[in-house]
Amino acid sequence: MSGIRSDFPVLAGMVAPGARVLDIGCGDGDLLDFLQRERNIDGRGMELSQDGVNASVSRGLSVVQGDADWDLADYPDGAFDVVILSQSLQVLHYPRLVLEQMLRIGLRAIVSFPNFGYWRVRWDLATSGRMPLTSDLPVPWYDTANIHLCTILDFLALCEAMDLRIEQGLTLDRKGNARPIGANPGLANLLGEQGVFLLQKR
Amino acid sequence: MTTEGNAADKSGPAVANAKGAVPTSSHHFFTISEEAPLTLDSGPTLAPVTVAYQTHGELNQDKSNAILVCHALTGDQFLTGRNHLTDRPGWWETMVGPGKTLDTDRYFIICSNVLGGCMGTTGPKDIDKETGKPFGLNFPVITIADMVRLQKRLIDHLGIEQLFCVTGGSMGGMQVLQWAANYPDQVYVAAPIATAARHSAQNIGFHEVGRQAIMADPNWHNGDYYSHGVVPKRGLAVARMAAHITYLSEAALQNKFDRNLQDRTKVSFGFDADFQVESYLRHQGSSFVDRFDANSYLYITRAMDYFDMAAEYDGILANAFRGTKTEFCIVSFTSDWLYPTTENKAIVRALNAAAARVSFVEVESDKGHDAFLLDEPEMFTTLGGFLRAAAARRGLTSPTRGR
Repeated sequence: MSGIRSDFPVLAGMVAPGARVLDIGCGDGDLLDFLQRERNIDGRGMELSQDGVNASVSRGLSVVQGDADWDLADYPDGAFDVVILSQSLQVLHYPRLVLEQMLRIGLRAIVSFPNFGYWRVRWDLATSGRMPLTSDLPVPWYDTANIHLCTILDFLALCEAMDLRIEQGLTLDRKGNARPIGANPGLANLLGEQGVFLLQKR
Repeated sequence: MTTEGNAADKSGPAVANAKGAVPTSSHHFFTISEEAPLTLDSGPTLAPVTVAYQTHGELNQDKSNAILVCHALTGDQFLTGRNHLTDRPGWWETMVGPGKTLDTDRYFIICSNVLGGCMGTTGPKDIDKETGKPFGLNFPVITIADMVRLQKRLIDHLGIEQLFCVTGGSMGGMQVLQWAANYPDQVYVAAPIATAARHSAQNIGFHEVGRQAIMADPNWHNGDYYSHGVVPKRGLAVARMAAHITYLSEAALQNKFDRNLQDRTKVSFGFDADFQVESYLRHQGSSFVDRFDANSYLYITRAMDYFDMAAEYDGILANAFRGTKTEFCIVSFTSDWLYPTTENKAIVRALNAAAARVSFVEVESDKGHDAFLLDEPEMFTTLGGFLRAAAARRGLTSPTRGR
């Protein structure tokens, strides 16, 4: 029943033991379950699909059916130590507002997303002249739920515009190998399949 | 009154060590004596008070597998099996039984008739010891919290320190919330369904229509119809008809009846029940009056109207649940316009604000408010998963009865 995605250990590394965690778009609850076992968190989830909620609830997780674009307003300020948005930033209608909400209800936010600046994506677009199809972006444009794709540089610019402090910024490959973005974000943007960020308000 | 019913047993339910000898369902009465009267929100005390209840399944040795089901406005203690007072099937056959979501092979399930009811628990049709006559309007006005106080006395009487689960829909869900707020340590998990933490203006408005219909019936006699040997059937039937519409949805009525005519091919140019929907509602009204006391309807609808959980907590619902360890699972239905998703989500929001563990789903259904009583597989999946996970945490791993 439980699948451990390759990025879970990296995400877990950003979560302090015993933290109060909200996982937005928690699916079947795999990440929450992993964090409970690895970090002994006090976890909650939000998930759009009833199947996902049912699967999560039946493994003992507390998950509400809800839409991140609208329903984060229901949580009080500072309710969580960490709010996680993994691999769903690009499906939101209002990514910036959601990010603001995440850092209102949580002291920290973890955001991960497929990097549209990754060289394979660029190469695909440049050579074929059509919307890229890669392992992180496997669905054709007309069927994809991804409506707000961005690159790592785009995301860094948004953090700058929102005056957020980046505590950690990493790129990930499909095997889950993490690399710090470091002093050369342009290179990270070219070589990183995914971006993972631990954010805080200034 | 305590001798009413054919299965009265004052000894209380048996514990699961006499396997096979214990009937799986049984009906009981428990009476609160004058020495320890029930204190009501409206001020007075009430005693004696009898509570009629039914149990299903077996209480385990630790008394840790008890589930209290709270019934809705016109519900009763007869969850499953034959209601021996009305000869109707139980009202939650879809939910309660061996292998079902509320699994009688695993859990000991208790359901009691509410205070003010008319199925064996003390209510306005019962004898007032002061006058020797039925209470009628001398019955004190009661609240949802009063109903729960009486249930608490019953649970204490049964020696159950902590209920594994309290659940119920509609007014039952209100009692669940009240249980969780007033007795947080006695509720391990709570599953309020299709409910609200307060009655809205629309809710109160519909109830007032029903009450006015009853009180406008000349047979009501200011609540003293008992001594006149009559029943305000027409008023109660109209109340039920109006209320019944609120339990369905526009789509459900449309799909079931559209503009279909009843046993005729053209309209009669009169006021007969030309339309099937009229005939259906008239039947709902007339069959209801045979099983329900009109004054109970007045008192229980009033209790619901007075329900506003946040009121005692400075208007902040979250404060009702501060520090709770109870885990919640809330279910609403898309087409329920009586206790719509927004009201259920207000409860979720309050529980979030109180940092409680809460799960929530909105089940897609066109059945309206009544969906909680019907065959709604998604509801069973959610609640079943929630209960199984909670049971595993509580160590309720093996059935109390083999199948």
